[in-house]
Amino acid sequence: MTGKIADSSPDSRPGKSARVLEPLLQGVSRRTLALLGVLLAALLIAPWLVSDYLITVLIVILYLAFTGQAWNIMMGFAGQLSLGHAIYAGLGAYIAALLFARFGVAPWLGFLVVMPVAAACGAIIGFLAFRFGVAGVYFAILTIAFAEFARIGFDHLAIVNASAGLFLPVAQYAHNDLWHLRGDPTMFYYVILAATVIAFLFCRALLMSRVGYFWLAIREDEQAARATGVDTFRYKMSAVMISAAVTSFGGVFYAFFYNNLFPEQVFNISRSIEIILGPIIGGLGTLFGPILGAFVLTGLAETLNAAMAAFGFDLPGAKQVFYGICLLFVVIALPEGIWPWLARRIGVTERLR
Amino acid sequence: MQRNIRLNRRRLLAAAAAGATGLAVPAIVRAQGAGNSAPLKVGVLLPRSGFEAGIGQDCQRGVDVAPAILKSLGLPELSIMNGDTESSVDVARERAEKLINDGAELLIGAFDSGQTTAIAQVAEQKGIPLVINIGAAPEITEQGYKFVFRNFPTAPMLLTSAFTNQLELFDIIGTAPKTVVYMHVNDTFGTAMTKGIGALMPKFNLPYKIVDEIAYDPAARDLSVEVAKAKAANADALLVVSRLNDAMLLTRELVKQRWTPQAIMSMGPGWYEDQYLKTLGKLSDGPISFDPFQDPNKRLAKVLEAELAKAYPGINLSTNHVYTFEALLVAADAYKRAGSADPKALADAIRTTNITDNVSIGPGIQFNAKGQNDKLKEGTIQNRGGKLVTLAPKDAATAKPEWPMTPYQNRV
Amino acid sequence: MAADVYLNVAVGGILTGLVYGLMALGLSVIFGVVRVVNFAHGEMMSIAMYLAVLLFSGLHLDPLVMMAPIAAVLFVFGYVLQAGLINPFINRPEHSQFLLLVALAIIIVNTLLIIFGPDARSAQTSYAFDSFQWGALIVDATKLYAGVAAIAFALLLFSFFRFAPVGKAIRACADNYTGALVVGLDVKRLYALTFGIGAACVGAAGVMMTLIVDVTPMIGPAYTLLAFVIVITGGLGSMAGALLGGLLIGVTEAHAGLLFTPSAKSMFVFAILVLVLLFRPQGIVGKRST
Repeated sequence: MTGKIADSSPDSRPGKSARVLEPLLQGVSRRTLALLGVLLAALLIAPWLVSDYLITVLIVILYLAFTGQAWNIMMGFAGQLSLGHAIYAGLGAYIAALLFARFGVAPWLGFLVVMPVAAACGAIIGFLAFRFGVAGVYFAILTIAFAEFARIGFDHLAIVNASAGLFLPVAQYAHNDLWHLRGDPTMFYYVILAATVIAFLFCRALLMSRVGYFWLAIREDEQAARATGVDTFRYKMSAVMISAAVTSFGGVFYAFFYNNLFPEQVFNISRSIEIILGPIIGGLGTLFGPILGAFVLTGLAETLNAAMAAFGFDLPGAKQVFYGICLLFVVIALPEGIWPWLARRIGVTERLR
Repeated sequence: MQRNIRLNRRRLLAAAAAGATGLAVPAIVRAQGAGNSAPLKVGVLLPRSGFEAGIGQDCQRGVDVAPAILKSLGLPELSIMNGDTESSVDVARERAEKLINDGAELLIGAFDSGQTTAIAQVAEQKGIPLVINIGAAPEITEQGYKFVFRNFPTAPMLLTSAFTNQLELFDIIGTAPKTVVYMHVNDTFGTAMTKGIGALMPKFNLPYKIVDEIAYDPAARDLSVEVAKAKAANADALLVVSRLNDAMLLTRELVKQRWTPQAIMSMGPGWYEDQYLKTLGKLSDGPISFDPFQDPNKRLAKVLEAELAKAYPGINLSTNHVYTFEALLVAADAYKRAGSADPKALADAIRTTNITDNVSIGPGIQFNAKGQNDKLKEGTIQNRGGKLVTLAPKDAATAKPEWPMTPYQNRV
Repeated sequence: MAADVYLNVAVGGILTGLVYGLMALGLSVIFGVVRVVNFAHGEMMSIAMYLAVLLFSGLHLDPLVMMAPIAAVLFVFGYVLQAGLINPFINRPEHSQFLLLVALAIIIVNTLLIIFGPDARSAQTSYAFDSFQWGALIVDATKLYAGVAAIAFALLLFSFFRFAPVGKAIRACADNYTGALVVGLDVKRLYALTFGIGAACVGAAGVMMTLIVDVTPMIGPAYTLLAFVIVITGGLGSMAGALLGGLLIGVTEAHAGLLFTPSAKSMFVFAILVLVLLFRPQGIVGKRST
């Protein structure tokens, strides 16, 4: 632990704007800022440099980075393993899509509706789990159960067309319509980039706040935290609800980018696993881990595809086998994730503890 | 069942360029005005891994036997670029983008409606024609797209044709079931069909009533409860929309629970497929399928069948192969008439397609203003002795119907 | 609906549930003793199923006869897996274990896809379509054999853990890890042994399952989830619990399908899971862990 809990408490500092910026920049070396700046710049100008195919790949990467960060709030910060996060993304996707398809409601307004619903869903799961003392693996299985419940439920829900799928009306892309999120991939790229950056800053702000410290305490040793008077129930609930609400935006994005939703795919457990692979591989509980993880995993998948194509190797399933082997290597060799190891190498430290 | 593991040696130039970085200047160089001297680069997107792998790999067979046949028809050569959608919408989209990036001038795919929708969006955005081989969700051709074409019936078309054929069948055999229990798989296709039934059935004067509707989970491994329910409905016949695996499971349960309906009428895939016939042997006889199918009397159908038998002995020609092949046929034919690989020219050429020397049942391949071939007809086929016989339409018929089905218990 | 339908469905549910229970038994043993969250459980079962299908189609060996050898093969697989790969992960956090086993599951599923292709396979024995009829009761023959075999295997396992020295040592490890170390038990070897036994269980269950369902490379994950549901419902570390959990799930699923729409019957299974997790997390038979 940093031992700085006392003076970093926002209540003891003057000035609201100072209060916002200082926690974000506190303890961040100039080198780190420079590297982050370079990365951001590269991502900003990417659409002008790369092919449309790569833009699509980057959109997938950023989507996973975004949802990974959201999940990381709950797991990496507060230590609650959720294996059913697809339910929040799915709810976000379906509600926003339905509002748009039926009533023409813009996705940004739709998100205002989605956010409390997702948070409420998280609250229910959290409440049930924490009040009844469900933790660890049992909690994880509980989240899977809820996601499966949603999947089967939506598969029979007539208002969203059940398993026949919900299709969003797709108009010709004469121009980009940011308000209705209709347009070409480049627009979506910037939207998800902005979302990822905002989520990154938001996570940083959370970590540096009171809530963040309490979360870390709960993650490290919940009993001890409770013993020192931390209301663990309240903070665990807030972690779940915040995580759920943020994830749901990813779902809204997904719905408007892909324009068709099937419960079987949207709430599938493989989606939940997809969301969590990035943060675990990248580095649980770190800020940059989920982002790095998303880049590594998707980059790995696409590189394997390209390599196999280059060798004329056309065997369905082979790519996934290599992918699995790579995952094995990473999890065995770098138990903390790639980012902590990489960070040490390039001289960047994330001051979390 | 033969399992071919294919190691494709692809055209290294295109492949290496793809494999290098993919960081290309966005201007994609197309073979403009080169006439038909260069093969048309066709991207084929199918789910060859993931949960739809079986169907995707079966469709692939239709792709594999196409080149030789197209050559014999005097059509220009196609350069096939394979893409595996991995049964996932995200991957389908990425693969489509990648293939276009690597120079695909036309896309074909993708069996699954969700994946096809994603690919259609990419195709429309990029102005690259997409010829859908199989996919029944009506919405895909209702978006006003100019570059998307489908040579396969939509769910409403499938139902209309099925009901028409059923009336024809009842006419031929002079009798009809009074009650029917309807079972369907609860996935995209099954649900779309069920919705359609509600809307369309009243328009046809069908002699039977549906007394019970049983939906089952596509991932279900054990259908004993569902069949028990169906049996308890005491209906004359079984009306079903299912997939291959469910068809086999259902049949096994029918045998074990000792219920042979008067007839099994299927309005989807599964009951006529190779694996069904081979695995169940004598127990596979009887079910009648109303499906888009090859017209066994058409010349090209016989050619395709022969080619398939050569390349994949023991595999019977069926829907997956037929429509995937026809998609390639459309591509080659359009390329010939367009005279160039310019995508707009190709799209316009496809729109004016009129192929009467084709494989599937119906007057041929044409597309309406929405890019849909609305003239497709279905066949009525029945399993007999491990093979398939066509019962209707009359001009395609090869046998008389067997009705009712021989009780399972009397067969072994 | 007539009473005989309920009866038949119930019997079918019980028999299927017994096989589910055997599969879950393997997980209960692994999770209960080694404390590893085996997310590749269903995938291990699919390996056994493919072995059974292969031996049947190639050498015409009946799956029931092959149960012992295939279980032995899976035992070795499990032992090696635990000793070689999983052991360092026992004390690691759940998410690490999860990732390790998910990676393993991905490898297994896709290797099976490459080797066997995507089409469904089954061992179509001569009795595959048989059923016994006693009055209104019709019982599926294959399910009956599978159910009986499951009981037999479970009894065998039970007596092993009860009476064999090694079995007792394993139970000691589960009950009190430190105590076991103090007493001088070779915990590492026992863990590997336990994992092997769990794998053997799932292997036997897989062979029986081959009689009931068809195998595709992709069926693993659904069974992994089912195994967890059963183990939690029945009670961790309790063999009777796993079987009882299996029975409960089997029967519930069957009746849910009968009374409501079959495509939604899994919802009831998950509903039971949620209820158990909330109100009786130690499971039906389990004891409250310290």
